[in-house]
Amino acid sequence: MANLKELRGRINSVKSTRKITQAMKMVAAAKLRRAQQQAEAARPYAERMERMLASLGAAVAGNPDAPKLLVGTGADKVHLLVVVTADRGLAGPFNTNVGRFARNHIRELEAQGKTVKVITVGRKGNVYLKREFASRLVGEITFMGKKRVGFEEADALAAKITGMLEAGEFDVCTLVYNRFRNVITQVPSAQQLIPTVLPEADVAGGDATGAWYEYEPDEATILAQILPKNLAIQIYRALLENSAGFFGSQMTAMDNATRNAGDMINKLTLTYNRTRQANITKELIEIISGAEAI
Amino acid sequence: MKTFDLELVSPEKLLLSRPVEMAIIPAAEGDMGILAGHSPMIIALKGGVIEVRGGGHATERLFVAGGFAEITPGRVTVLADEATPLAQLSRSEAEARVKDAEAAYEKAVDDTPEAREQAMDRLIAARTMVEVAGAA
Repeated sequence: MANLKELRGRINSVKSTRKITQAMKMVAAAKLRRAQQQAEAARPYAERMERMLASLGAAVAGNPDAPKLLVGTGADKVHLLVVVTADRGLAGPFNTNVGRFARNHIRELEAQGKTVKVITVGRKGNVYLKREFASRLVGEITFMGKKRVGFEEADALAAKITGMLEAGEFDVCTLVYNRFRNVITQVPSAQQLIPTVLPEADVAGGDATGAWYEYEPDEATILAQILPKNLAIQIYRALLENSAGFFGSQMTAMDNATRNAGDMINKLTLTYNRTRQANITKELIEIISGAEAI
Repeated sequence: MKTFDLELVSPEKLLLSRPVEMAIIPAAEGDMGILAGHSPMIIALKGGVIEVRGGGHATERLFVAGGFAEITPGRVTVLADEATPLAQLSRSEAEARVKDAEAAYEKAVDDTPEAREQAMDRLIAARTMVEVAGAA
């Protein structure tokens, strides 16, 4: 049987663990709220962009020299995966889920005879995929030490991807990240970035009144400018969902940890009290039997 | 006077959304004054100042570094790369940006025409920023 001092020590250590997990949960909750607000704020731009893109896409559809960003290179040989994870752990299965999803995706593509290249965003994904796919990694980005992701980071990544496309380094680009469904559920998912999947226009090329847009300078020029922006905004959205999802997942994980610590403390306290009682009883028996012997 | 809804959004937030009488937008091929009932257009923007007017004078002036605008008879949506009210612009920051843009342009001179044009646009936007930051 464990002695009393040891038990006291364990109870205290679990208690301080519980304090830490509780604090982490609160911090995660606050940061989650901020991340959600940021995601909320980014929504109007993405929506308007989608609407514009839909009518533009309809206007240039079928154009043989449409920009590469829109139609891709025409081949389907080299795939670029951009895997978005968090920089830190202690968030339940958040990072592993994306990692596993990406791994299966890579294996599937390679089984089909495609070449795969990987850019990781976030330290955890890099660590996870390096083990098996070190030779496929072509870039890594982390936001360690940054308080929040801004649009500039997404823009920089988009510029890098565009540069790689111009250099003919890949044919298809897919973004792998945790889609934020709600605070407890994040779904790892893949989203094709290049060739661009155009949103459906309600009325081809027109607005709700059915009127046609005039373009200035012209469709092709605007499209060439809007596509990189659209790429950046898609990445930005994924980064925001990733950070919101991360804090959501961390909050859930820390909530569970706090509850488990509570259970553990109850169990240990029970053992501690039983042991103490047993010791007292033993001492009493010793005293009584000693008195009787005299 | 008839009004239309003006929306000004940047990737990071919704900056403005309210009915206005008139807006002057720095389109890529020259400034455009827009009133309610304008014919539908999609335009590219250059770096410059968006002026919101009501009652015959400017109510708001914001600097945008570039972007797009969608115009319909009842609504104008401006997707700005970044937008700052003129009063909040800092001259020193604008000047630093011109320097960056100049350096980038020097580098882009031997690059593809697209890259050169892009660097040129940035430079022009930055110079406009200095101009309006000085005026405010």
